[in-house]
Amino acid sequence: MNMSRLALTAALSALVLAGCASNVPLDNKAAPVESRSTTGAGGSGSASTNGNAGSKVASVDLTKNAAAAELGRVVYFDYDSFVIKDEFRPVIESQAKVLTTDRSKKLTVEGHTDERGGSEYNLALGQKRAESVAKALKLLGVTDAQVEAVSFGKERPAVQGSDEAAWAKNRRAELNNR
Amino acid sequence: MLMNRRLFAAASGLALAAPSWGQFRVEISGVGATQLPIAIARFRDEDRTTQSLSNVIRADLVRSGVFRTVDADQVLDEAAQPQMSDWRGRSADALVGGSVTRLADGRFDVRFRLWDVVKGKPIAGESNAVMPADLRVAAHHIADVVYEKLTGDKGVFSTRIAYVTRSGKRYSLRVDFADGVGGESVLNSNDPIISPSWSPDGQELAYVSFEDQKAIVFAQDVSTGKRRKLASFRGSNSAPSWSPDGQSLVVTLSRDGYSQLYIIGRNGENPRRITNSQSIDTEGTFSPDGRSIYFVSDRSGGPQIYKVSVSGGTPERVSFTGGYNISPAISPDGRYLAYISRQNGAFKLYVGELSRPGSAQAITDSSDDESPSFAPNGKLIIYATRTNGRDTLMTTTLDGRIKAILESRYPDVREPVWGPFGR
Repeated sequence: MNMSRLALTAALSALVLAGCASNVPLDNKAAPVESRSTTGAGGSGSASTNGNAGSKVASVDLTKNAAAAELGRVVYFDYDSFVIKDEFRPVIESQAKVLTTDRSKKLTVEGHTDERGGSEYNLALGQKRAESVAKALKLLGVTDAQVEAVSFGKERPAVQGSDEAAWAKNRRAELNNR
Repeated sequence: MLMNRRLFAAASGLALAAPSWGQFRVEISGVGATQLPIAIARFRDEDRTTQSLSNVIRADLVRSGVFRTVDADQVLDEAAQPQMSDWRGRSADALVGGSVTRLADGRFDVRFRLWDVVKGKPIAGESNAVMPADLRVAAHHIADVVYEKLTGDKGVFSTRIAYVTRSGKRYSLRVDFADGVGGESVLNSNDPIISPSWSPDGQELAYVSFEDQKAIVFAQDVSTGKRRKLASFRGSNSAPSWSPDGQSLVVTLSRDGYSQLYIIGRNGENPRRITNSQSIDTEGTFSPDGRSIYFVSDRSGGPQIYKVSVSGGTPERVSFTGGYNISPAISPDGRYLAYISRQNGAFKLYVGELSRPGSAQAITDSSDDESPSFAPNGKLIIYATRTNGRDTLMTTTLDGRIKAILESRYPDVREPVWGPFGR
């Protein structure tokens, strides 16, 4: 990806996220896991820039959430529901088209819930959402080997907040390339 | 015990560095609780050490809910001949005194004596030589002896708890004393960690880590840090809970398309499916006799608690009140069920007797309770809740009257689980 492409992507992401004041993680690398560390909470490795009031710093989100939203790769759900609403059919259909055209392409469907309730039950709820999207893809000809349904439950919200607006954005399934 | 030494050293080191954070603050609610009045005098020369042993003992005993302390602002050592009539006059039923003496090898000789004030005679006493870093442990041990002598039940003050802290994008699985002071991180990650579960021997923690960008079950030796994958099948792998004999675990796997319960060996071998539904079955936990598993299922609509034999078969529904009941915990004697129930949008900790359906009652005033776990003596429950916009831990007596909140230096503390008795 050359610099101008990167800049364009960044600009698009900024547009998509305009008005969204959530944290902006720039570091989304795979998890380094340290065993037996005695250090406490450190801010290392998690550079995050908040949109500080008064400062002239624009927020740019390069994480996969933003990328997914940009390409129409998120399906949102009603509370306690796994039903894919009609408005998200095109998301499923366009992804199915890509996957049936190129059998080497693979997708992870990542289910998420809002913050209410227990972590394990929410993990299972998110899994059920991911499975329902995976099932819809398979009905359109995507093979088992091309799609894996996983869940983050309530552990990785798209936006922070404890109101219906935030919850609605967090009850989702993301379709990410593998 | 090498492992304990290390934990203890870390704990007291941290306590020295930041004496104000980390500690359960007791909140007493409700009236009429019968509590044994006990006086804990200051130990001779404890002010020459880094730990106020009498304060640690006092805090432990109060947090248990069984005791209330009688003012005893004086030094009393174990060799003293206290005037019992004085202490009876102060309405104390029991009295503790002791001393701390530095030995030539750098260790401390910690001594104590427990007097039955009503009978007017000593009923317990010990002398233990400990490393300076272990003074706090020595105090917890004294609290355990006092508790057991006066109640007949084993104390849990020198047991450990595990929990997960989050600070920004940083997650840590921590192991701590049951009083929440200090503790040590056993795993740091940039991805979420949930559902820790102690092996029955207290050597290992099983947990769910998202470090591979999906839910995978690990087990980790607490003293060596050595970890291994127990379940990493297609889909999500979660909710580990050990069998009472430590030879297997119940886990939730979605490898066959639905989140279902499986039993796996202690190294992840031979997964055997236990439930067979086209709905969510998760949060399995063994009954103390190891013969059945309590779990959560939404087969009837909302999540409810069920019980099934370890050999499978038709589950029996256990919870009937309310439309959302999750996170079952069974007391070590198999008598009580603690769980989280949603009532009018609030998530509350409920406790009831298994043999008396309908006996369960909410025992908190909070509205975001999660993850109840019984102390190994079955007298306290630790759980997560939200206070002032932060995720915090609390302990409570089973009747909800005596609660203590963990004052932590971490913004968010979740997923507590109480470890077994030490050996």
